Amino acid sequence: MDPILDVQNLAIRYAGSPVDAVRGVSFTLGRERLGIVGESGSGKSTVGRALLKLLPGAKISADRIRFEDLDLLAQSEAEMLKIRGRRMSMILQDPKFSLNPIHRVGDQVAETYLRHFPASRAVAKAKTLEMLEAVKIRDPERVHDLYPHKISGGMGQRVMIAMMLLADPDLVIADEPTSALDVTVRLQVLNILDGLVRDRGIGLIMISHDLNLVRNFCDRVLIMYAGRVVETLNAAEMDRAQHPYTRGLLAAQPRIGGGRQPLAVLDRRPEWKEEAVL
Amino acid sequence: MTKSVEIKDLSITFGVGPSAVKVLPGVTFSVAPGECFGLVGESGSGKSTVLRCVSMLTDFWQGEVRIDGQSVRDLPQQQRCRQLQMVFQDPYGSLHPRQSVRTVLSEPLRIHGIGEREARMRAAMVDVGLPVDFLDRFPHQLSGGQRQRVAIARALILEPSVLLLDEPTSALDVSVQAEILNLLARLREERGFTYIMVTHDLAVVDHMCDRFAVMLHGEITEILPREAIPGNGASHPYARELIGASLEYEGLM
Repeated sequence: MDPILDVQNLAIRYAGSPVDAVRGVSFTLGRERLGIVGESGSGKSTVGRALLKLLPGAKISADRIRFEDLDLLAQSEAEMLKIRGRRMSMILQDPKFSLNPIHRVGDQVAETYLRHFPASRAVAKAKTLEMLEAVKIRDPERVHDLYPHKISGGMGQRVMIAMMLLADPDLVIADEPTSALDVTVRLQVLNILDGLVRDRGIGLIMISHDLNLVRNFCDRVLIMYAGRVVETLNAAEMDRAQHPYTRGLLAAQPRIGGGRQPLAVLDRRPEWKEEAVL
Repeated sequence: MTKSVEIKDLSITFGVGPSAVKVLPGVTFSVAPGECFGLVGESGSGKSTVLRCVSMLTDFWQGEVRIDGQSVRDLPQQQRCRQLQMVFQDPYGSLHPRQSVRTVLSEPLRIHGIGEREARMRAAMVDVGLPVDFLDRFPHQLSGGQRQRVAIARALILEPSVLLLDEPTSALDVSVQAEILNLLARLREERGFTYIMVTHDLAVVDHMCDRFAVMLHGEITEILPREAIPGNGASHPYARELIGASLEYEGLM
């Protein structure tokens, strides 16, 4: 199977910074679900944004970033506009901040379609309603005309998913798609996202700080620490993690039925920042 | 000194006239001395509102809140502050950006006219596991976990008996959450604090609490012991759903 995305030795440096925020990151992605986990500041979101070239001013370098037939490093901003949303899209963390408060949600979803396909508003609306239904919104006609403040967080996140999948992209990057949601709603949203991604054979990159989430919803997991990938694991084999950081993260997580002894605390080693990629 | 907390028919209405909304329609529960009691439920279910009412940050409620038999309404403010203290969710928002840790910790001591300030502040820093020279740092020089430790130190400095914890770890990474939960568990063991802890994470409830209440639309649907979580021993449908979802999320089902 041809990989959708092939990244080799990616490094990202923010403008004005003396060090690379991310360095030496390499991975390939097929039609699968890849998780990227790590704590705040480990560079996981930076990687996601760099793939869409959404880091103005930052210097992105790599031996290779190939997305299907394209060399992403060589794409101009004008070319990226045709790729973003159409072939590769991103679901952001909090629908409260990522939906425009002064436009009806349906119009915002339809914009994706109108932007990328020569279609009339009526066609775009029909596509939007179909997509809202696909993300299990019960009354799409009504929700279509609502403003973002009228809908709940879970519904807002489903609207975002609808928006990002409407143009039928080949790669979706989900950056903490459910961390703003309640547990009960979180599962619904994840199941919807998971179903759509499988049915359409989309490649998914799930960025999260939540080990439980990636363990249950991804095929493979990259663990990042201080801008590097320290370990790559099959999600089912998380318990067999070798790197002390991964093992520390797993042990620090309180578990239901896990007893009450003090939780293991990470003992951060300076050499983790320098080690070769496993 | 361990203290019990009793809450009876606590209700609160926001707004006036026809648009008034009754948010808590009558919450009743009691917490034994030295117990850790959890409040769980979805956003908007009124968990934090209960804490704000108990601490009198919101004071226009009806009903009764008693600490060791004494109504919090009848307690003068200064005494109340020495009985109960709150730790807020977001350590980035709950510390004043232009006040050093020393200022944060010394203000309650000054207000309450307590002497030996320097020694008490040092002791509080040691209690929460921070180096004493961090007293001269400002919040932007601290990490999220260190800030939450300062917030806990601030709550401890008046030596209260009841701590109200409003999602104390939800803004923190797993590894840092573990440190803060360990700290809270250790302090409870050493000082016999009574905790009321709001959280949305049932794994944290199972780790920390003895009993917990599941809230929905301002009402307590069910009060359960922590042992009810692993086997989903809830009887109310919403509580069952919540526990079921958490178990599924953890991959235990």
